[in-house]
Amino acid sequence: MAYTVPRPNLNWRERMYLPAIAAGLVITLKHFKNMIFGRTKVTMQYPEEKWDSSLPEHYRGAPALVRDADGRVRCVACQLCEFICPPRAIKIIPGEIPSTDRFAKVEKHPDEFDIDMVRCIFCGMCEEVCPEQAIYLRKDYAITGFTREEMVHHKEKLLEIGGVMHGVVLKWNEKK
Amino acid sequence: MDSFFITTSLLKIIGMIFVVILPMVSYAVYAERRVSALIQDRLGPNRVGPAGLLQPIADAAKFLLKEDFTPASVNTFYYWLAPGLAMVPAITTIAVVPFGSTLLGVPMVIADINVGILYVFAIASLGVYGIVLAGWASNSKYPFLGGVRSSSQMISYELSLGLAVIPVFLLVGNLRLTNVVRYQIEHGWMIAPFVGDWTNPGKWLLAIPMLIAFFVFMIAVFAETNRLPFDLPEAEQELAGGYHTEYSSMKFALFFLGEYAAMITGSAIIVTLFFGGWHLPLPSWHGGFHWAVVDGSAPGWHGVLGGLFNMATFFAKVAVLIFIFMWVRWTLPRFRYDQLMRLGWLFFFEIALANIFLVAIILAYLPN
Repeated sequence: MAYTVPRPNLNWRERMYLPAIAAGLVITLKHFKNMIFGRTKVTMQYPEEKWDSSLPEHYRGAPALVRDADGRVRCVACQLCEFICPPRAIKIIPGEIPSTDRFAKVEKHPDEFDIDMVRCIFCGMCEEVCPEQAIYLRKDYAITGFTREEMVHHKEKLLEIGGVMHGVVLKWNEKK
Repeated sequence: MDSFFITTSLLKIIGMIFVVILPMVSYAVYAERRVSALIQDRLGPNRVGPAGLLQPIADAAKFLLKEDFTPASVNTFYYWLAPGLAMVPAITTIAVVPFGSTLLGVPMVIADINVGILYVFAIASLGVYGIVLAGWASNSKYPFLGGVRSSSQMISYELSLGLAVIPVFLLVGNLRLTNVVRYQIEHGWMIAPFVGDWTNPGKWLLAIPMLIAFFVFMIAVFAETNRLPFDLPEAEQELAGGYHTEYSSMKFALFFLGEYAAMITGSAIIVTLFFGGWHLPLPSWHGGFHWAVVDGSAPGWHGVLGGLFNMATFFAKVAVLIFIFMWVRWTLPRFRYDQLMRLGWLFFFEIALANIFLVAIILAYLPN
């Protein structure tokens, strides 16, 4: 059914438009002035200013391997993270620890540990599943590369991001 | 035609186009982007060079390097002609505008002809051909609509544009733009008669119709240069760019340059007609208070400095007007087409016409 939209009745001042135009000009000039004198908050200027200092503790950035206080790679190559990883981004090739090693009783360590950052969805399942607290999601978020190969984080890169973690799991100490 | 005249004229033309207009156009584009950003609480281009000041150069390089694509279905000859036709009139108009007093005895106006403002209107209205031809030659519906809109808009606003300045010439009695400036130096600026014989109450009475003339002329210039709120020929949202939809690369840039050059020329004419051109009154207390006139007539380096000061004054005034153009653009929404026509024919035309009679009556009955 046809319906006529009721139009508001404007008084002569509103119909003249000029006061409204002047008011609009004043508003835009106020914005202009506030920007000039730096009184307006603007967008973060990304490459110069970064989130890094204000990232929360629970931020889920790139996954990384950590070492313990003794400098041992915590990962024992159990492959649970490889198994749980939803996009199958993790590839682990386990290797044996020689019996002469100080941590020989750990038995295994990863010979290769690759995380394909093209595939990784930053879900944090690997961190959650790890019985050794060896893999953590750190605060790196700008993962870039020119090729797919560059986007794969190898063991060295993962350890470099991870650094040392003083955790609660100390079960591989000699005393235990 | 002595060789001195030819040499100085050539120098003035080349200087005006390549040192003043073209850099001013490209920095007007930069200023437009920065001003719009600041009004909208953004920062605008600030990456290329310090504070983004090299952005126009990057833009020019990009325009030059882009593929110059000509669609298959266009009328090639007119398609190629249109961008030039949009650009040339806008630049040519500046020839009669005095942009300074004198420099080393050379008058700072390219062509001081006695039909000044008529020349301006004649050339400026040619600019519409560029747009209409672009719209028609593109053989595409949106450019076509843009071209049609442009032509009817120009016809509507040309009238009020022409009528609005008649009061100025009623007062000056001469169409030569240098004489308009000379008159304003002696009798005070058209819309602010505080210099010259500023104690004369008749001057202040005349300032009222002059203010009306100024506003009508300014609005008509907005419409003539296709600036918001009258940018219906390009109307990005409804016409996808309007007359220049089918253009790319340097041809598109020429339309852009033409639009901004027209804006600069329009501002220059407004400054000349209503704001005293290159004149800036300086208070002086030598032998009682009066307004001193600085120009390039003094001998030696005083004269050179004076001439440069006048040119700086002129372009500063132009810059202020360009800022007003931008300020209005980023404040007001676009008019609907029928509103635009209604405004042009039913309001500005009548106001300008009534204003002429008002000035004529004041001049007839005002004892000087």
